[in-house]
Amino acid sequence: MGAVAVGIAGAMLMLSEFLGPKHFFREKMEPFECGENQIVSPKQRYSVRFYLIAMFFIIFDIEAVFLFPWAVIFQQLGMFGFIEMMIFILLLGVGLIYVWKKGALEWE
Amino acid sequence: MELLIFYMFAIVSVAFAIFMIVARKPVSSAISLIGVMFCLAVFYVLLNAHLIAALQILVYAGAIMVLFLFVIMLLNLREKQGAISYHRTALQLAGVAVFCALLVPFMSMVTIPGTSGGAGVSADFGTTAGVGKLLYTDFLLPFEIASILLLAALVGAVALTKLKMK
Amino acid sequence: MASIPVPDISLGAIAPEITLALTAVVALMLEVFAEKKGRDHIAYISLVGVIVACFITFRLAGDPSWTTFSGLYVVDRFGQFFKLICLLGTGMTILVSVKYNKDEGIDNGEYYALLLFATSGMLFMVSGSDMITIFMGLEVMSISLYALAGYTRKRARSNEASVKYFILGSLSTAFLLYGIALIYGSTGSTQIDIIAKAVSSGSGVEAVLDLGIVMLMIGFAFKVSAVPFHMWTPDVYQGAPTPVTAFMSAGPKAAAFAAFFRVFNVAFPSLQADWWVIIWILAVATMTVGNVIALLQNDVKRMLAYSSIAHAGYILVGFVAGGALGSSAIMYYMLVYTFMNIGAFAIVTVVGRKGEEKTKFSDFTGLGYRYPLMAVALVIFLFSLAGIPPTAGFVGKFYIFMAALKHGYVYLAVIGVVNSVISIFYYLRLSVMMYMQDEPGEDLPPLVFAPSLIAVMIVAIYGSLWLGIMPAGYISFAQSAFLAL
Repeated sequence: MGAVAVGIAGAMLMLSEFLGPKHFFREKMEPFECGENQIVSPKQRYSVRFYLIAMFFIIFDIEAVFLFPWAVIFQQLGMFGFIEMMIFILLLGVGLIYVWKKGALEWE
Repeated sequence: MELLIFYMFAIVSVAFAIFMIVARKPVSSAISLIGVMFCLAVFYVLLNAHLIAALQILVYAGAIMVLFLFVIMLLNLREKQGAISYHRTALQLAGVAVFCALLVPFMSMVTIPGTSGGAGVSADFGTTAGVGKLLYTDFLLPFEIASILLLAALVGAVALTKLKMK
Repeated sequence: MASIPVPDISLGAIAPEITLALTAVVALMLEVFAEKKGRDHIAYISLVGVIVACFITFRLAGDPSWTTFSGLYVVDRFGQFFKLICLLGTGMTILVSVKYNKDEGIDNGEYYALLLFATSGMLFMVSGSDMITIFMGLEVMSISLYALAGYTRKRARSNEASVKYFILGSLSTAFLLYGIALIYGSTGSTQIDIIAKAVSSGSGVEAVLDLGIVMLMIGFAFKVSAVPFHMWTPDVYQGAPTPVTAFMSAGPKAAAFAAFFRVFNVAFPSLQADWWVIIWILAVATMTVGNVIALLQNDVKRMLAYSSIAHAGYILVGFVAGGALGSSAIMYYMLVYTFMNIGAFAIVTVVGRKGEEKTKFSDFTGLGYRYPLMAVALVIFLFSLAGIPPTAGFVGKFYIFMAALKHGYVYLAVIGVVNSVISIFYYLRLSVMMYMQDEPGEDLPPLVFAPSLIAVMIVAIYGSLWLGIMPAGYISFAQSAFLAL
């Protein structure tokens, strides 16, 4: 049953893709920008600053990830689990303080 | 049902993977890689490894792909620079075929009767609580080293980009 | 729900690592909070941290071996000995860096923090009795080193070094991790003594296990820069700031060798008959390629990079020999190598002067007359590296080749000796250039010897000579260290 449904939906999409009439012209292929002509190309270099922010994001993201299993078994781990996670967070807290004071979070 | 979901996502993930390799635009490649990662997350869920599935989406599809995209944007590749040439398609296909041919005997060597099906694995293996129990007791030390690792990475990133040099 | 019991942990066992990490945190906090004056002390505070860690390590070395953290961490003499080598390398590097960093405008706390983080990673790696601990330690060390290699980020060479090191290093880490995963898949554990049991009882899945071991070997071979996985070494060593090069060539290498040795001798002794051939080939290729290419170099840093590859080859000879003799020879050699190599690099920083680094062979011409003491020191280090008696390098090589001979690897020992003879050419060439040729005509600013650099040179000379004249104590300590492994 499910397979039939998926098959029909897929087939319809595919058929319209292959059989439907298509007209390509320049205006149609441009990215939509409120109906105005495109002013600049969207393909531009990003500033390297984004990159640093992305790095911080990854690092603190991974830190957050460690909290999930900890939260799940927090009750069972008791005081010991609390202390070990505090050590973990403290070390990364030092990192946060460092980054903050260093001005690496500012956009200059 | 489980098998159906598996095959559906298996086909989708292989399709995404192939598209990732043949795509002409680096950004399209990256986006299809995200697709692959989502499919992988589904497989992890099917394997009862819920935490890994969450990690897959949070860390890989989220954080790491952000970095990928930034790098692509930073390099600002033209379409041609990023794309592979199709001159050696035959050679590439041959390579893939040889690799698959090599995998077959290897897989036959690996499969041992009786061990497939996860024998000897406890019920909570791979679940969030199960991983947590191991991570916060037996593997406490590597867990704490991870905080040093993250801190070192943080300092390294700042040192390589932000430090004022006289 | 039932509460989870607290695992057995001993903070005393990892006290050296904790000390280093805390010192690094202090360095970071001083860097962002202290006034200019306080920041000048960061280097010395780091040095104090290293010395304290040394003392704790030394105290721990007396005990018989014991494991803690659920068997993930082992305290034994083997590990403590290598830890002392790593700490020695870090301490000397800090002293070399003080003046260099001022000259280059990179005297930030982050530099020392990264050095200390890297060192704590090494210590974890050296004492890890579980693949996961070893891997995490390796990662802490590597990540810090990638950043340190590119620390002089205005220099294109330094950037190149960092990027190259990062990409190839990540690749090797991937190999290592894949190897660990395969071994886990085959044996069901990441703890090396449990792996050993599974391997010797034959309960592991053999094809997966073999593939895992090969992957593991590739990963470690990258880290110790064994041929054919050495490609990154020359560029990284040349491009990185000189004190960082000195650091990389000593501690991380010792740590990687320690982990390599521990994993293969504890986890896979029953397969020794299979893997020694691979290590044998690696050793011969590493020695020969390193020495022959070093002959052709015109840059001292690059020459020392190839020489460090060659030395990795000698250490692999000791690895092949194995047993108490081989391992104590490796330990002694690593210790001596740390002294003589960092000593040589310290002099390279002096001769390199400020700004654009003058590290060509031709920059060393005529130094023998203008700076006789420094030239003598460099000659001692070079002779020790070449293995000419009565230096410590000679004794180290002697023990390594003796170990190989005693265990019946005659060809390996012969190839090793031939290689040492080849190496004498290029070490001697530099020495000859200092004495036999005139200084270059252009007027260069005089060399400046900071007190910290003089201290490093004295320590290095002590190590390179005294260990050669009186090696017995160190050797017997190294031997007792292996027996406890």
